[in-house]
Parts: sequence; C-alpha cells; structure tokens
Amino acid sequence: MNWLLNPIAHLGAAVINALGLVGELAIFAATGLVAVFRPPYYPRRIGLALMEIGFFSLPVVSLTALFTGMVLALQSYTGFSRFNAESAIASVVVLSVTRELGPVLAGLMVSGRAGAAMAAELGTMRVTDQIDALSTLSTEPMQYLVAPRLIAGIIAMPLLVCIADILGVMGGFLVAWLKLGFNPNTYLINSFANLRTDDVVSGLIKAAVFGFVIALMGCFNGYRSKGGAQGVGAATTSAVVSASILILALDYILTQLLFTK
Amino acid sequence: MSETKPKIRVRALKKSFGSKIVLDGVDLDIAAGTGLVVIGGSGSGKSVLIKSILGLITPDAGVIEIDGIDVLRAPRAQARQLRAQIGMLFQNGALFDSIPVWENVAFGLLAERKIRRSAARAKAVEVLAQVGLAETVADLSPSELSGGMQKRVALARAIASAPAIMFFDEPTTGLDPIMGAVIDELIVDCVKRLGSTSIAITHDMASAVRIGDTAGMLLDGKIIWQGPAASLLTSANPYVDQFTHGRADGPIKMALRK
Repeated sequence: MNWLLNPIAHLGAAVINALGLVGELAIFAATGLVAVFRPPYYPRRIGLALMEIGFFSLPVVSLTALFTGMVLALQSYTGFSRFNAESAIASVVVLSVTRELGPVLAGLMVSGRAGAAMAAELGTMRVTDQIDALSTLSTEPMQYLVAPRLIAGIIAMPLLVCIADILGVMGGFLVAWLKLGFNPNTYLINSFANLRTDDVVSGLIKAAVFGFVIALMGCFNGYRSKGGAQGVGAATTSAVVSASILILALDYILTQLLFTK
Repeated sequence: MSETKPKIRVRALKKSFGSKIVLDGVDLDIAAGTGLVVIGGSGSGKSVLIKSILGLITPDAGVIEIDGIDVLRAPRAQARQLRAQIGMLFQNGALFDSIPVWENVAFGLLAERKIRRSAARAKAVEVLAQVGLAETVADLSPSELSGGMQKRVALARAIASAPAIMFFDEPTTGLDPIMGAVIDELIVDCVKRLGSTSIAITHDMASAVRIGDTAGMLLDGKIIWQGPAASLLTSANPYVDQFTHGRADGPIKMALRK
C-alpha cells in the first residue's frame, strides 16, 4: 500500500510547500510595499540601487535590443517577401520591439544580472548575520535593504526599456537600410506612421511591473537564504529562474490587459 | 537571583524549531551593571537565547522583561525603544561590507539621527580610538582588516551609542589567545566605562572568567547551573566540571546519548 500512498504523500507535501512559499512571498511583497511608503527613506540607497539595476545593466540591455532588432528585420523580410509585404517590416519591427521584445528581453537580461546580484548580496548578508546586525542598529532591514531596490526596479526598468526600444528600432533600421536595400527615409516614415502612444506606454507599464518583480524575487530569495555559500548560490539561482518565469507569465497577463486592436 | 529589580528578567522561555526543543523553560535574572556569561555546548540554544531577547527570534512562550517591561507583549514601538538600548557584538563581526569602517561604527548613531553625517566620521574615529584602532583604519573596507581588527571594529560599532545593555556572541572565536585576551580586556573596559549590563555567550573558559561577573550553563534547553564566573573552573557541578575542563567522559555525553 505504501508504494501507492508514498507518491500521493510526496505530491501533497510538494503542494503544501508550494502554497507556503506563495504565502511567504505575498507577505514579503506586502511588507516590502508598506516599507516603500513608510519613513525613514534612504535616498542614497535608492541611488545605489538605481546604479546597480539601471546604469550597470545598460550595456547588456543595449546589445540585446540592438541585435534583436537586427534579427527581427532580417527574419521578417524572409517571411514577408514571400507575400510581397516587405513594406510592413518597419511597422512589425517597431511594434514588436516597443510592445513586446523591449520589455521582455530587458526584463530577462536585468533579472540575470541585477536580480542575481541582489539575491547574492542579501543572501551573503543573511548568512553572515549582517541583516540581524541591521535590526540591532535601529534599522528595519525591509526599509533599508528591500524598499530602495523595489523603488529602483520600478524606476530603472522603464528607463532601460526606453533605451532598448530606440536601439531595437535602430538595429532593424540599419539592417533594412544597409543589408536589405530599403530607402532609409521611407523605412523611418513607415516605422512611425503606425506607432501610437499606447504602444510605447504599454511596454513601459510592463517594464515597471517587471522591474518590481525582478527586485522582489532578488530580495525575497536572498533575504530568506540559509546554509552558507551553498544556500546563497541556491538563492541566486532561484531569484533568476523565478523572476524569469514570472516575467513571461505576467507578460501574457499584461498583454491581455493592455490589448488594443 | 538578585533581590533588587533585575535589568533583564527571563522566565519560562521556550523555543522549538520543528520537533527540536532548543529552549525549554529558561529562567534568568541579570542585575543592572553586572555581566552574565552563558556557557554550553554547540546547539545548546545560547544564540537562540540572546536572539530572543534581542527580538530577532520570536519565542514560543515565556516572559522577557527589560527594565520591568515585558518586551514580548509591549506595544511594538515601546519594545523597539527598549531593545534600542542593546548593543550587540556578533560572532563573526557582521560588519557591512559595502560601507567603510567609519560608517559601520557610526551606523547606529546615523540611523537614530543622533548625529549628522558630517560629524559622524569624527565620532567614529573617536570610538575606534577607544578600541585601540588608529584613524587610518576608518576609511578602509571591513574586508581589508584582519580578524582581530574586525572584532574591534564590531565592538566599536556596538558601543558607539553607549548602550545600557550589551550582548557578546562568542567574542573570542577565531582569534589567537593573545588577541582573545585583548578583546576581553576591551570588553571589560567598555562595559565598565559605560556601566552597561552584559550577557556574553562563549565556549572559551578563560574568556568567560575574564568578562563575566556571574555565569550560567545551558544544557538541554535549561539553565542547569548559575554561580560566580570566577568559580566556573572549580565548580563541583559535574556538568560544569566536565564542560569547563573539556572531558569527553561525563554526564553530558550520557545526556546526549539519551
């Protein structure tokens, strides 16, 4: 009978653990959000987190956006030329980059770079008692460590996505002009003719949500890590994997919510 | 147990992690201005005891009073205020890697808005001098310091806001005997100068005798012995005798085999 019940027991334990984790994350997120609005505020910490999430992620996000725009133009040409619809390439590139690829790819890149760094830093602080030390020095760790990162994530990601959008469109333009022989003026006119404000805004809303998710998962996994170097490593991996999955899942939900014809 | 009202009073403190009972009804009184040393084997609950008093761990049951006020049941703000008078020296220093030494030392003062940032470095240098560190150390990163210097910086951080209560978690762990003695002297000096009440937990018997006025032994989640720290090495209690002299055979081993 045990052979039959054991898998069920394991499944039950896994479900209970997963629900417990979701509960923990919800409480952590709520506490973090309260900490964002409750004084004292730490502007210096917000500035440092903005540098970490925004400025230092700029090279990797820029390169990703540029090459994605270039590939998108090439691939679109392959497909569209079969239907004599090459003129639609400019619109496809600009809409794909601003509405979808800019925020998602920037989110995945920032998650791998800044989210991992956050989890590693907070995880190390946890296992070396630095987070406990903060509490003994009249400092609330959620306000000092987590809130500035959440704020920075929400601010930095839309700024990064603005730059990613510009570079992605520029990448498509360069390939269309230099490789595919498009007239540069016509391509640019076509690019912006069909671009509406809500296309860009919906991408920026996604970016802000993804920024929050990256900071939240980085802080959550780092904050609760234990067991020394191995625990910090596991927390870092979890931060990147969980943020990446959440970004892709939330991308669908947000796309549906912000969907316009 | 002292007749006057103790500075810290612990009654029937209990804490379990899953099925493991770590604290099983701890009772302690620490008179104002005295130092208690808690000894006990690894995993006996010494760190859990002081972390419970600090508010870093929530006990399952019991009473923790500071200045006669139960911090576990007091309003959050009041409990925070009572615990703000505690300075803590962590086992591994727990210095913040991302900021220089002076900022580590002045961290609590800046957090409590007791000092302006422009004056914080000078104050930190002053406190560093009290633990025998020169101004040149102030701008270094904690990772650039030796273990002994890190302990001194951590001590400086703990005493910077002149706390009424001080906790020391394994203050001499990882240090050579001479540096251990130096840290002990600094602890005794700082506690005496500030008139603080202190609790130290340690495995180092020489250190326990040097820094404690009284001592207690924690075993199986209970305080099984209390007495003057000076009598630790001569105690007739078989548990204390075995532990302080580091004998493999004795009642503690039997207790562990139960």
